[in-house]
Amino acid sequence: MPDVPVTVIQASRGLSFVDLHALWHYRELLYFLVWRDVKVRYKQTVLGVLWVILQPLASMTIFTILFGVLLDAPSGNVPYPVFAFAGLLPWNYFASALTRSSASVVSSANLLTKIYFPRLVIPLAAVLSGLVDFAVASIVFAVIMLVYGIAPTAAILLLPAYLLLAMVTALGFGLWLSALNVRYRDVGYLVPFLVQIWMYLTPVVYATTLIPPRYRFLLSLNPMTGVIEGFRRALLGPGVTDTVLSPGLVAVSVGIALAVFLSGLVFFRTTERTFADIV
Amino acid sequence: MSDVAIRVENLSKLYRIGSNGERPDTLRDALVGALRRNGGRPSARARDAEFWALRDVSFEVKRGEVVGVIGRNGAGKSTLLKILSRITEPTSGRVEIHGRVGSLLEVGTGFHPELTGRENIYLNGAILGMRRAEIDRRFDEIVAFAEIDRFLDTPVKRYSSGMYVRLAFAVAAHLEPEILLVDEVLAVGDASFQKKCLGKMGDVAGEGRTVLFVSHNMAAVEHLCPISLLLSEGRASSWGRTSEVVSAYLRETDRERTNDLSVVQDRSGNGRMRFLRVDYLGRQGLATKTARSGDPLAFDIHYTADDEIRSSSVVVSLAVYDQLGRSLFLCRSDFRAMEYTDLPVRGHVICRIPKLPLPPGRYLLNLCCEVGGQVSDWIQSACVLDVEAGDFYGSGRIPAVGRGDLLVEQDWSEVFTLSDGAANA
Repeated sequence: MPDVPVTVIQASRGLSFVDLHALWHYRELLYFLVWRDVKVRYKQTVLGVLWVILQPLASMTIFTILFGVLLDAPSGNVPYPVFAFAGLLPWNYFASALTRSSASVVSSANLLTKIYFPRLVIPLAAVLSGLVDFAVASIVFAVIMLVYGIAPTAAILLLPAYLLLAMVTALGFGLWLSALNVRYRDVGYLVPFLVQIWMYLTPVVYATTLIPPRYRFLLSLNPMTGVIEGFRRALLGPGVTDTVLSPGLVAVSVGIALAVFLSGLVFFRTTERTFADIV
Repeated sequence: MSDVAIRVENLSKLYRIGSNGERPDTLRDALVGALRRNGGRPSARARDAEFWALRDVSFEVKRGEVVGVIGRNGAGKSTLLKILSRITEPTSGRVEIHGRVGSLLEVGTGFHPELTGRENIYLNGAILGMRRAEIDRRFDEIVAFAEIDRFLDTPVKRYSSGMYVRLAFAVAAHLEPEILLVDEVLAVGDASFQKKCLGKMGDVAGEGRTVLFVSHNMAAVEHLCPISLLLSEGRASSWGRTSEVVSAYLRETDRERTNDLSVVQDRSGNGRMRFLRVDYLGRQGLATKTARSGDPLAFDIHYTADDEIRSSSVVVSLAVYDQLGRSLFLCRSDFRAMEYTDLPVRGHVICRIPKLPLPPGRYLLNLCCEVGGQVSDWIQSACVLDVEAGDFYGSGRIPAVGRGDLLVEQDWSEVFTLSDGAANA
């Protein structure tokens, strides 16, 4: 045996950063955890994957009646249902990724206490497994666009960048919340509440033009504003609506998302030493 | 290149158990705790709540050695394995591991009940650190070992517990690390499967792999591990040839035993009823320290309880084990339709064995009582019972040592073969 790997185990001190090498080594585990999540999600349900289609369609209908019909909220130059769905598509992904990743570490307690692997794999798998639902919902949206006769423009090429921003934001908050959840189960009660409030603070079902211009900069503090607005532009064309999305504000959004993500990584890695002892 | 596989130096692990054994589980508790500390009051209770699960443990395992780790509950065996498999960090000290580690602290970790046997093999394999290609290669072998081929595409939630365990162990048994860390996994499964697992582990050991094997099953440790480590209250108290370490362990357990049970800490149950003492009564009901094979023996079990037992049904049981931890027989007050429904709050019950069926040797008793169906007191290895040679069969003959673990009443008779002549008569 020429090269035997040597592992040294001792108490670590101070802050820890990401061990990319270890993550890469465990990529197959990440794959299997994502696969398990997807596989198990709709087991023993009658409608199965149809739920992925029904959920956004149902919320789209409700919001259309509430905002589009009753309140007659502006939706730029596209019909309100299309406008709402284009916002719900990334929002639903974000909300489920955030909810799942926050709960992920605690719900994997049996793994944490019995086996070693880079703990980051757990929230990461939670964020990635939501992409399957996202893909299915995207197909539904493509059908809706066809029905309404809206053709995508070249702006759609930017879509992956906005999706990535949504993932990074979800993972960043997910890292913080999942690590905190190990010690404080309050997180479990906080998250559904947080997601609901956050949705109304984000222009998912309304256009930013509803907000007085003076206060629009506040929206940019929320990285999800950039994601939702970006999605609408990418899918429905640049002229879809007056938006607050100036390059400067996008930069602020991205900066905030990255700051949460990086600090979340460090916080998670630093607290993960004690996960097995207190979970 | 050195031939060391695992080097452990001054390893210690401190657990902090919050006051009253609780830790701040909610933000409010943490905030309140933080405010109190800032209030200048030194938290006197915090000091009591520290617990050294491991203390200054050092040892060295050479490549290819198979080492047993033994010790009482709470001696630090599992903590040691958790540190070696990197599940938790040590508080101080250092471990150096040369080679890939596979750890088996539980079989079936990560099994998902909704997934099929086939799917769980891949999932569990990945969790244990196997590459996908590796699982592909060994898939048929795993299925054959587990004997579940007919149910490969059935969700494991429909499996019997035996099948479940077999599948789980089969995946684990096909890990090929250089160093294998194994905890009590053999405590599950039926006897024949346990035997098969022991055989498989024996193969592993034979292949020159390094194995650390934690177990309560002394017979298994003696069978598999030439070398053993004894942990006592977090410290490495003995290291060397297994037979010697096992005797050290048995001596240690002896020392701590008295038949005075009121001081025993290591017990479980709701405490409604608690054992105080067990006296042995021999011939003519006289108290005795040691029992004799074939003599009558009574266990006079003293207890104390709360008022509740006057109106509840109580079941007292007593199990006899040999020193290897094998269960020999069980006495239970309800086996003979005896019902205790109106016991006094302080008193004693007597279990009589008309003719003790144990050959000479040392035995251990587990005691348990249930009040209204709830376990009230359960003490493992509560008392030691020494048995001297006695004339069980009334013939002065007894089996040689090692020829059977129990003495059994027996009758022999002749069978007359009728000769032809007699038959015709």
